[in-house]
Amino acid sequence: MKIAIASGKGGTGKTTLATNLASYLAETGPVILVDLDVEEPNSGLFIHGRELAAETRYSLVPEWDADRCSFCGLCQTICNFNAIVDLGDRIMLFPELCHSCHACSELCPDEALPMKSRRIGRLRYIQAERLDFVESRLDIGQEQAVPLINQTLDFVGGRFRNGTLQLLDSPPGTACPAIAATRTADHVILVTEPTPFGLHDLKLAVATMQALDQPFSVVINRGGQTDNMIADYCKQQAIPVLAGFANDRRVAELYSRGRLIYDQLPEFKQQLAKIATFVTSQEGIKA
Amino acid sequence: MQEIVIISGKGGTGKTSLVAAFAQLSKTELVVADCDVDAADLYLLMHPDFRLEQAFLSGEKAQLDQNGCDQCGLCQAACRFEAIELRAEQYTINALDCEGCGYCARVCPTGAISMVEQKAGDWYRSTTRFGGAMVHARLGIAAENSGKLVSLVKNEARKLAQRKGLETILVDGSPGIGCPVISSLSGADLAILVTEPTISGFHDLKRVRRLVEKFHIRIGCIINKFDLNPEITDQIQDWLDRESISLVARLPYSDVFTEAMTRGQTAIEYSNGTLSQSIRNSWDAILQLNNER
Repeated sequence: MKIAIASGKGGTGKTTLATNLASYLAETGPVILVDLDVEEPNSGLFIHGRELAAETRYSLVPEWDADRCSFCGLCQTICNFNAIVDLGDRIMLFPELCHSCHACSELCPDEALPMKSRRIGRLRYIQAERLDFVESRLDIGQEQAVPLINQTLDFVGGRFRNGTLQLLDSPPGTACPAIAATRTADHVILVTEPTPFGLHDLKLAVATMQALDQPFSVVINRGGQTDNMIADYCKQQAIPVLAGFANDRRVAELYSRGRLIYDQLPEFKQQLAKIATFVTSQEGIKA
Repeated sequence: MQEIVIISGKGGTGKTSLVAAFAQLSKTELVVADCDVDAADLYLLMHPDFRLEQAFLSGEKAQLDQNGCDQCGLCQAACRFEAIELRAEQYTINALDCEGCGYCARVCPTGAISMVEQKAGDWYRSTTRFGGAMVHARLGIAAENSGKLVSLVKNEARKLAQRKGLETILVDGSPGIGCPVISSLSGADLAILVTEPTISGFHDLKRVRRLVEKFHIRIGCIINKFDLNPEITDQIQDWLDRESISLVARLPYSDVFTEAMTRGQTAIEYSNGTLSQSIRNSWDAILQLNNER
């Protein structure tokens, strides 16, 4: 069972929810928390434990073999990502633009572009007191998060086969990284806040989930007494709202120090329990 | 011409609210570019007029004509993205998985696969209520290539600035450190990093700073919600000192941003309090930092 925790807008509380929910659920059953926000992974700041594995991750990109090349120029024509320029006396490669499609390498008549590994980031597997935690971080300067996100999902899929509950802390937005992180989930929880930005970006996230044909629900964070804009929208669209966390400066302060919230604030725990109940009921459906 | 980029690493630090306030404060007309294309919220505060709308073509995707297909399976073997499946005895291409590399179309012996240009959103050229110009975009649903759209928005902003003889481009960047952020930073003169005193905010600030470093441009930092955790604010300030990054401003934790946003206003329009004064000072400090180049 895979539950992705996502949001259109950044900074709405994905990591707060993911880390608290993972710890809370781990009190009653096995949980794996996976941080797929590889550009800015933060869950690891809240989860501490023993590192069981640390692996450098790579993507495959072509490398130019000058001795074999006859400068036919085919590679430059083939590459749809402008990652190859034939300068006549040498071939210039832009590995950060390469999508690892292998076309240039395999179609080169001179076999002058063998594929070689190139480092993109690092994955860590940590055993915390109650739960397992996997995170990947993209190397600074790497442009493409998606290959690392997919490799992280593969790592988790390979290591934990027994249907353990996975919580995926996903990247913000609605572009490729967010899609890669949420599309394989069984259910997506969209975290939002009752502000015009929150509502605007929620609508984009909802449309994205509908396009992916993914089941989803909403959690309202930093709610107030009077701001019903998210609740009204969800009601109108028949989108289930799992819980609502009040706007509370104490939450922001606990978060700022890297602390979990639910063991400190009973009203937070009460809302968290509603989400936990939903997640476990989904597991029942799945099983 | 100079480009000032506001970025944050971590989302939700107040970047967009600040950009709108700065755009209003600017005494000279400027071009604002919303490069946070997959959460393009800036228009909710700027109220641009969407004067010109154009399609954003993001690149190609493979399309298979079943009539021409002789089911040899070469396309499936070539595809590294598992985008081609044999389903009910027909090869089908899943558009979401297709990266548009064109390898399948090249190896197809019958020419049944063609590469088709995709529309992945719209971009706009607008005039704003503050008198300046704005270039902004809307990424299509489940569309990709946001980095390319960011480059387009920036290029159009440059062209517009040149044509109108405007000196400054103010860019609202996106969170993270990936391709949209890299595209936002390329060609910039000054990067303002907006952070908050949380361990996540500080962590993300350090990562985005290492990215900005690669561009060899001047950097300033705004600590928003500085009173949320004074201890981490001190740590951030010490770190900024050591890294020789100018502290542009510290802004207090305040509901004014949210209240202003709810009314479709900038913070300085909505309130004349201490936060607004601090934002005014921030903009002056940014201009000064920019002039020091």
